[in-house]
Amino acid sequence: MRYESPTTIKEVVGLLKKERGKAFVLAGGTDLLVGMKLGMIEPDLLVDIKHIPAMRTVKTSKTGFRIGAAVSCAELGEHKAMKKAWPGVVEAANLIGSDQVQGRCTVVGNLCNASPAADSVPALIAAGAKAVIVGADGRRTIAVENIATGPGKTCLKKGEVIEAITLPNQTKTSGDAYLRFTPRTEMDIAVVGVGINLTLEKGLVSKARVVLGAVAPTAITVPEAAEALIGTKVDKKALENLAAACSAACRPIDDKRGSAEYRTRIAGVMAVRAAKIAFKRAGSAA
Amino acid sequence: MAHDQSYKDRKFEVVGNRFKRPDGVEKVTGKARYGADTFAPGQLVGRILRSPHAHAKIKKINTAKAEKLPGVKAIITSKDLPDLTNGDIGLQNILENCMARGRALYDGHAVAAVAAVDEQTARKALKLIEVEYKVLPHVTDVDEAMKPDAPLLHDWIFTSGVDPKPTKPSNIAGRTEMGNGDVEAGFKDADVIVEKSFKTGQTHQGYIEPHACLASVNPDGSAELWVTTQGHFSFRNTCAALLGLDFAALKTTSSEIGGGFGGKTHVWGEPVALALSRKANRPVKLVMNRDEVFRATGPTSSTSIDVKIGAKKNGTITAASAELRYQGGAFPGPWAMLGCMTGFACYDIKNMKAVGWDVVVNRPKSTAYRAPSAPMAAFAIESTMDMVAKEIGMDSVDFRLKNVAREGTRAPYGPIYGPIGIEPTLEAVRDHPHMKAKLKKNQARGVACGFWFNIGGQTCTDLNIGTDGTVNLTVGTVDVGGARASLAMIAAEELGVPYDRVRVNIGDSASLGHNDTTEGSRGTFSSGMATIFAARDAIDVMKERAAKMWDIPVEDIVWENGVARATGKKHGNLPTLSLKEIAAKSHNTGGPIAGHNEITADGAGNGFASHICDVEVDPETGAARVVRYTVVQDAGKAIHLDYVEGQFQGAAAQGIGWALNEEYIYGEDGRLQNAGFLDYRIPVCSDLPFIDTKILEIPNPNHPYGIRGVGETSIVPPLAAVSNAIANAVGVRMTQVPMSPQRVLAALDDLDNAS
Ligand SMILES: Cc1cc2nc3c(=O)[nH]c(=O)nc-3n(C[C@H](O)[C@H](O)[C@H](O)COP(=O)(O)OP(=O)(O)OC[C@H]3O[C@@H](n4cnc5c(N)ncnc54)[C@H](O)[C@@H]3O)c2cc1C
Repeated sequence: MRYESPTTIKEVVGLLKKERGKAFVLAGGTDLLVGMKLGMIEPDLLVDIKHIPAMRTVKTSKTGFRIGAAVSCAELGEHKAMKKAWPGVVEAANLIGSDQVQGRCTVVGNLCNASPAADSVPALIAAGAKAVIVGADGRRTIAVENIATGPGKTCLKKGEVIEAITLPNQTKTSGDAYLRFTPRTEMDIAVVGVGINLTLEKGLVSKARVVLGAVAPTAITVPEAAEALIGTKVDKKALENLAAACSAACRPIDDKRGSAEYRTRIAGVMAVRAAKIAFKRAGSAA
Repeated sequence: MAHDQSYKDRKFEVVGNRFKRPDGVEKVTGKARYGADTFAPGQLVGRILRSPHAHAKIKKINTAKAEKLPGVKAIITSKDLPDLTNGDIGLQNILENCMARGRALYDGHAVAAVAAVDEQTARKALKLIEVEYKVLPHVTDVDEAMKPDAPLLHDWIFTSGVDPKPTKPSNIAGRTEMGNGDVEAGFKDADVIVEKSFKTGQTHQGYIEPHACLASVNPDGSAELWVTTQGHFSFRNTCAALLGLDFAALKTTSSEIGGGFGGKTHVWGEPVALALSRKANRPVKLVMNRDEVFRATGPTSSTSIDVKIGAKKNGTITAASAELRYQGGAFPGPWAMLGCMTGFACYDIKNMKAVGWDVVVNRPKSTAYRAPSAPMAAFAIESTMDMVAKEIGMDSVDFRLKNVAREGTRAPYGPIYGPIGIEPTLEAVRDHPHMKAKLKKNQARGVACGFWFNIGGQTCTDLNIGTDGTVNLTVGTVDVGGARASLAMIAAEELGVPYDRVRVNIGDSASLGHNDTTEGSRGTFSSGMATIFAARDAIDVMKERAAKMWDIPVEDIVWENGVARATGKKHGNLPTLSLKEIAAKSHNTGGPIAGHNEITADGAGNGFASHICDVEVDPETGAARVVRYTVVQDAGKAIHLDYVEGQFQGAAAQGIGWALNEEYIYGEDGRLQNAGFLDYRIPVCSDLPFIDTKILEIPNPNHPYGIRGVGETSIVPPLAAVSNAIANAVGVRMTQVPMSPQRVLAALDDLDNAS
């Protein structure tokens, strides 16, 4: 196995393209190294992206945020503007593992690992995040929801690497939230995760995105759940409809982390709680 | 020399304080050497190939390809560990557990092992070993395993303890029964009878340090083993017996230990490492990964328990019975018997009967886990106790006090109790401010009690005094829970020197006589006793030396507060001689000053605890969280207060984890699905509140300082304390542990449907 730590994205693409064996991008390594230790992943080449300056920064501009692929979740948590604009995304990133894990791990790694239970992914999708992908044939930008195609599978082609995640600016009357359910308080994998992003107009929800994690092979956007909130003040009835729509959208598996029945039910419970937080944030931001 | 073991009331100077731990600096700076932290010239890396099947016949093992891999120095199978056990069934089981002999009995059972020049080569070699299995039907559930048509693990198990002896083999290794009085008559006298069945999941001790050792065997039959263990003498004896080595030839050194909780009382990979080293003629280091620790090293039993308790309206229990089914993994164990012995031990019950069934299943061989077998029995019995109290409308603490065991009560397992602490702990609970603290919405409180025997056993200790007046104490009980600090305090107390003058060292198996393993909360009790006696021996020597220095009869000298003092009119004006002064002259007065003691420390004092637990239940998710917790336990005499409190807290934390989330999850295929800390959920810091402690000191009459063991008892009450609190919070009686969110929510649904 070879380990490379290039300092430019161009070198990364070149190294990945040339490699004939199994090549992996190494960000925080909190999935990759664990897999290697367990003998489940046996790379021929590791390309560390942490030494590429552009990948280590969060950039703000008129159009929004650009999170470099090697920015750790802890760094994201310390970014004041990000926290203010996208508290839901940041809290999702700061739920991953523990302080130690967050010191290393990245949202891009979380996305590319393509676990159905990845915490940051529903929040990113709800926020309308996009991924900037670089490959031998150049750059392309696609919505985050299109990256994972199934458990452990992404749409990235051989030699492609995600350079950054972009997020729009959040409007003044919008708010997002992410909640998950785990049996433990930390160091656990979501039984259900819910990301919600709401925009208000005259006190009523005008736009909504509701995204569920850990209840289907990939994170899923639930338009019916958004519908349940639109035009409401997130009142009791709206929340009931939201819960029902979320539960109805679930296609979970039965496993050691939770039965299908339990996940389905808890999806509704968590969605209600997340919606209340997002609604409050959207209102208080106004 | 004979010493007086009995308790004497005294004022302590050193004992009962909080000193800095002697191993602290090395541990926080990462210099401490654990099982994996030693190296030998030319050492190889050992790795074990494990069965992916829960139950299979091993038809063929072909190692030819692996042997050809450059860098592979030895490959072993059970052929390289011939049976030298001479019909000792206990040893035979250990041998078969270390390396499968024709059959894989559980997912993770070792089938072959490799020693290679490095980790990568060893891993590659494992993949090149071809094992041909014939998969057999398996059984992992204790109740299923007892059924007549269950897949059979062993053709040599004929249930013991039943009359007539069965003619057909089964998975039921043995039946035990104990009790007193006439339970049928007792139940007839009852105004209220509660009967309930319970199940508990299988838990692992969850020590952070995986099993690790460095083994080196020489062609002349001499050998060394460096190992993380709770008992290097028993490891030496077992390994030597399995490999055909002389005890004296296998020098075994215990490393620092990163947790054991019973799991390191038993050999797992050590005989394999020795056999690899013997074959390769090179030292072999074998370090398990977490997956192996979970799949193949001793978890505790999962159980299924029925309880029946009858009581009068006034609270007197008229009869109690229990039937306890424990699985020991793939080999028989004493586990159900221990459940029978401990379950009702807190109470004085006129008519009592406990029946235990020890069962084998296709799971790893069970071993001790902190007060082994007691938490499960207590979960079932202490839950039922609360139900009875509720039925008769009595406060659950008062109900327990009404039936409490006292000095003079006969223990369920036979002996008459001496002075014991269950009543005082319950009274302390009753009077504790925690019991009156306000509860918030969805919160409630539960109480439960627990018992553990505590043991003594063989101990051998040396104490050597340097010419600068500092003291080396060498003990043979591994320091698992802070014994070095406690033993230094005891030696300092006896000799009358400051704590920091004493350094404690764990002697290897070649430097002391046999010491039993640090288990059964025996370390500080028994090595503490041996330390006192060794110090008293040394004091006798020092008195003789002082007599020489003064040239007066030794009978005229007393030892007080670390100095020799001449008594009587004749020498009344002689200045005292300190330990340091005597030591400084020792080369002229007869040579080194030492004390020694070897003893079988009998008379361990029983441990009792009562716990208070507040939980908050989220009625929408079923998640239960412990929000406040108090442990009250009798320590006999607390030597080092931090360590005693730490034991109480750690035991309670493990019990809470067991109660709420920890559990081995097996798939339909009989394979363990959560062999890692991500999905085997021990509590993390933020899952637990500060665990408050109250130490009671009811002296053990059979120890000079009154010490009882303290390490285990407090893992016993939490399962029921949590369950009783949940019942009080949301009105559901949880009969299955762990009480995971999913299970609590399902129970809440059942309650809704019923009403
Ligand atoms: C103890 C522990 C607790 C955890 N808890 C959680 C949790 O609570 N929630 C959760 O969602 N996850 C959790 N995880 C999983 C893991 O931490 C997250 O998925 C994390 O976000 C992965 O990020 P990373 O940077 O470490 O990824 P890495 O391990 O570096 O990479 C993961 C995968 O993505 C690929 N990759 C990384 N960067 C790129 C890129 N720029 N372009 C293309 N491919 C790339 C890698 O090749 C690899 O296949 C936990 C892990 C551990 C060890």
